Amino acid sequence: MPRYYTQDHEWIDVDGDVGTVGITDYAQGQLGDITFVELPEAGATLAKGDAPCVVDSVKAASDVYAPVSGTVTEANGALADEPELVNTDPEAGGWLFRLSLSDAGELSGLMDRAAYDAYVAEL
Amino acid sequence: MSDTYDIDEGLAEEPEVLTLPLDAWHRAHGGRMVEFAGYWMPVQYEGIIAEHHWTRSHAGLFDVSHMGQLYLAGEGVEAALEAVLPIDLATLKPFAPRYSMLLDEDGGILDDLMVTRWRTGFYLVVNGATKWDDIAHLREHLPDEITLTLLEDNALLALQGPQAFAALDRVVTGDQPLSALTFMKGGEFKLAGHDVWISRSGYTGEDGFEISLPAEAAAEIADLLCAQDEVRTIGLGARDSLRLEAGLPLYGHDLSPETSPIEADLAFAINKRRRAEGGFLGAERVLRDLAEGTGRKRVGLALEGRQAAREGAAVFAENEQVGELTSGGFSPSLEHPIAMAYVAIEYAGPGTALEIEVRGKRLPARVTALPFVPHRYHR
Repeated sequence: MPRYYTQDHEWIDVDGDVGTVGITDYAQGQLGDITFVELPEAGATLAKGDAPCVVDSVKAASDVYAPVSGTVTEANGALADEPELVNTDPEAGGWLFRLSLSDAGELSGLMDRAAYDAYVAEL
Repeated sequence: MSDTYDIDEGLAEEPEVLTLPLDAWHRAHGGRMVEFAGYWMPVQYEGIIAEHHWTRSHAGLFDVSHMGQLYLAGEGVEAALEAVLPIDLATLKPFAPRYSMLLDEDGGILDDLMVTRWRTGFYLVVNGATKWDDIAHLREHLPDEITLTLLEDNALLALQGPQAFAALDRVVTGDQPLSALTFMKGGEFKLAGHDVWISRSGYTGEDGFEISLPAEAAAEIADLLCAQDEVRTIGLGARDSLRLEAGLPLYGHDLSPETSPIEADLAFAINKRRRAEGGFLGAERVLRDLAEGTGRKRVGLALEGRQAAREGAAVFAENEQVGELTSGGFSPSLEHPIAMAYVAIEYAGPGTALEIEVRGKRLPARVTALPFVPHRYHR
């Protein structure tokens, strides 16, 4: 299952036409202790670059952007009680939402892991 | 992903950001440095929540060397200080810090500060971001005979928490035992052979100490304190969450030239004789507010759920905006969000149900008596 990364530190796993979105380990490290996650509702229509999700840490609230366009199918309900999953398991159990892609072609503008690692190394 | 409501995150190449005596020490100890009050300062080490809990259960070491340490002396210094501060120096015993405020002519708050009578003059600790303006204000309003010295060669550390006494007592020496100090008392001591000034005071609501020391000894003394099992280094992030839980206002956020001491619920800092006599900058406004009350007041707000509301968020009663947040965040000790706000006086009573608007949503909140977390001072 291919995984893509954005310059805003989101990742998206793509399985057929469904994508699972989260923030990277680098991102959670920068944010620090996460205390609340505002998630989109199923059915919400997103354009690439929309901010359907907000991650609250002790010091700041940060938008999470949609890496690609699509319709939200599911949000990670476990985060309501355990927002700290985004800190402890950001790239698996701390996923944020799933969406059905409306334009798989948008994926070509994203980075693979090697490109993202090189990008972060420059920050 | 991007930070949209961030606090004071600095840019790496800003040339005007200054370094403090412990800059290299913080970096060596893993502090994440951000720009704050014109200096590079550690916002966190292992993580804000862990540092917060450590301070409430053990002892946290805070570097607050960005704050302005001032020394005022000279013929007539008492009368000169009373002309600019609403403080009664006749009741201020030596070596006992007292909270006061710098006010402008209209009674707006220019800064809040601590005043201590030393042997021949007064030691003031003012906020870092305001210290240059404070010096200009004091210089403008103090007679020429009064010398005002910025103690630039002094660093300032705070050791805070229920085990702060045990840790500091083990390493401090002096003519009196550390136990002679109760809350808001201070004295001269030695740490690692260096002369230091210690007061039993702080900004966390916990028992603890503030230590003024020679800058060149700062790393040695920080190492000595951190070598005690009870002590860990704490960053600005936890300093903010701790003071918010303790209900202590932060200048530039909860206090500003737009707020008066009575609106800020700091009437205790207008000392009794000064209420009767006036004669300080801003007295007209302050005495009027005391006599007539104010239209709004600084209050605590406790939120339900986990979503935090932050500075600038509007406070509503039904459809009417009745106030605005000046501080807000998640309380690690209480595990729900808390805030400070100025609200219209008719909504300032504890228990009043209000709503806070965050990103288009209304979050329920309730006016709560301050502090949110009880103070544990050693009185």
